Amino acid sequence: MTHFKTVLFGALAAGMTAGVASAQTEINWWHAMGGTNGERVDKIAADFNASQSEYKIVPSYKGNYTETMTAAVAAFRAKEHPHLVQVFEVGTATMMAAKGAIYPVEQMMKDAGESFDKGDYLPAVISYYQTSEGELLSMPFNSSTPVLWYNADALKAAGVDAPKTWDDVKTVSKALVDNGMDCGVSFGWQSWVMLENYSSWHNMEMGTKENGFAGFDTEFTFSKNDKLAARLDDVAAMSEGNLFKYGGRRGDSLPMFTNGECGMWMNSSAYYGSIKSQAEFEFGQTMLPLDTAAADAPQNSIIGGATLWALAGHESEEYKGLAQFMTYLSSPEVQAWWHQETGYVPITTAAWELSKDQGFYDSNPGTDTAIKQLSLNTPTANSRGIRFGNFVQVRDVINEEMEALWAGDKTAQEALDAAAERGNALLRKFERSAK
Amino acid sequence: MLKRVHFPTSVLPYLLVAPQIIITLIFFIWPASQAVYQSFLIEDAFGLSTEFVWFENFQILFEDSQYLETFWRTIIFSAAVAVLSMGSALILAAFADRVVRGATTYRTLMIWPYAVAPVLAGALWVFMFNPTLGIFPYILEFIGIDWNHYLNGSQAMLLVIFAAAWKQIAYNFLFYLAAMQSIPRSLIEAAAIDGAGPVRRFWDHIFPLISPTTFFLLVINAVYAFFDTFGIIHAVTQGGPANSTTILVYKVFNDGFVGLDLGGSAAQSVILMILVIAMTVVQFRYVERKVEY
Repeated sequence: MTHFKTVLFGALAAGMTAGVASAQTEINWWHAMGGTNGERVDKIAADFNASQSEYKIVPSYKGNYTETMTAAVAAFRAKEHPHLVQVFEVGTATMMAAKGAIYPVEQMMKDAGESFDKGDYLPAVISYYQTSEGELLSMPFNSSTPVLWYNADALKAAGVDAPKTWDDVKTVSKALVDNGMDCGVSFGWQSWVMLENYSSWHNMEMGTKENGFAGFDTEFTFSKNDKLAARLDDVAAMSEGNLFKYGGRRGDSLPMFTNGECGMWMNSSAYYGSIKSQAEFEFGQTMLPLDTAAADAPQNSIIGGATLWALAGHESEEYKGLAQFMTYLSSPEVQAWWHQETGYVPITTAAWELSKDQGFYDSNPGTDTAIKQLSLNTPTANSRGIRFGNFVQVRDVINEEMEALWAGDKTAQEALDAAAERGNALLRKFERSAK
Repeated sequence: MLKRVHFPTSVLPYLLVAPQIIITLIFFIWPASQAVYQSFLIEDAFGLSTEFVWFENFQILFEDSQYLETFWRTIIFSAAVAVLSMGSALILAAFADRVVRGATTYRTLMIWPYAVAPVLAGALWVFMFNPTLGIFPYILEFIGIDWNHYLNGSQAMLLVIFAAAWKQIAYNFLFYLAAMQSIPRSLIEAAAIDGAGPVRRFWDHIFPLISPTTFFLLVINAVYAFFDTFGIIHAVTQGGPANSTTILVYKVFNDGFVGLDLGGSAAQSVILMILVIAMTVVQFRYVERKVEY
């Protein structure tokens, strides 16, 4: 079947190219950006196409992150895959393990003779997508990091300042609730915010082998982190008197913040656009709180979001076009525009500088919190990111165990132990499949 | 010597059954055999490295307490859906059977929900029960029920059971009504003359007489709840919160298409395949014979 199809398509393609000899080389880009961000992606592609005549980038929306990745995987198995696909950060280990399927972006740029300097990129952004030897595998596109959002009006009314430490978070929550608010603090994407970022922010490891960077035989160690367990127990205890209120996974708890129920909310900096359009109060963002029992100063936070992976098996001429597009995509103008429109962080220092020069942060105070947080220190082995296989399922496991903790069914230690045990089983399974 | 009857051989009969055989082979046997083969493999998502592991994927599944929980959850879900949808359909059919005026209109309205696609049915329930926007949580608040199926697993389960059962009522109704109408009038009239009221007539005559339909529907509904409720669950809860509405078929999807664990997912679908074969065998071998007319 597949062979027959390939032959048929080959014949068709040959017939078509013979007809239009001087046609542009088409480069397919599958992405997961729906709605307004999808229009922005289309604009980037259209602008690039207008800037030269040799290549044509064809973006196609393939559904959410999971659907896009599954589509690319299925297409690869049928040898009908696109040149470029957008994959979310938790899919990194899966992509990386697929050695014959991916074309490392740094290698691609080199082969295509396109100038490329890793030094231009923000270390905290690209470190997540590098091998342990430092080779950049995929091109960061939309990256964000968790920050603490706060209802400035409510804090003012309660007579408190934005928190800097976890002790502050408790005091502020107490003041907010005493002042008549329903709840003090909530958060979303709990594995990312409360486990992955808590660890990197306090320079603690989450798993062995440099959080998975140095090998697939990594094991989770977060259950041995008693500071983390103590912090989570403390947060669970805060549900007494509604100082903390759990509002569901991912961004489900956003309405709790925007309708004024909770005064503080920890989640991605990329919620800037949503909060701006939904909140009818003055809001602000500040860095994640520091756990003074765990560290004296914060290290740096890690990113979330997605990167662009080049897939192997196409003509070198097409990769040349793709490499040019990558250069265009990471140019300061495009990056600064993308950053200011979406709330994602700029991936290059030049784009950050440009946004500063354009006065973006002066007219939108707080919008540089994410990038400051990411570039607070040079990333360490604990804080450059995580690379665990089967991480989509592992995050589900962590979600389930944390929900058991918030519901009072388990202590933090029990929840973390169970999450680590179930997570390790998934890691072993991945290790075998990735051989 | 044995007597042999010789039929002249001809290709015609083979040609006549060929389309059916080919369709079965291409659309049923081939994909099924692929699933069986895949279930013996541990493979990465892109199919670049493959290891043949015999029954290890199955062994992993049966050692996984999550999977066993999913099994029980599926049985509870299916039983609840079957009982609820068949029970309501039975009551509605019993009433519709007695309607004289506007029977056609009434019946058409009853059958309508069957034409709604599962995903749309799901979307409908999502809006009605949305904790912040929906009409039902608003009403439930007056009687002191705090509805939030995003957090409360039991409420989420109730919601998908209702949605799935509602969708199937029309189908069950149709079969029950047809069964009731095929009961000879004289039988019911004789009972009425003997002084049996409508309820008594229902339990002593109608219900036993339609038992073949009940058994048929039981199997159909079980199969429906096992497999066809995927669209509803995907639209309403996506298996959450904390897996509380993940039934077997949803886990196959989730592990295979979200988690990209193809071997484990294939092993699960093989188990489902065995289950549905078993159910069909039960229906044909036992249920159809044992029912007393």
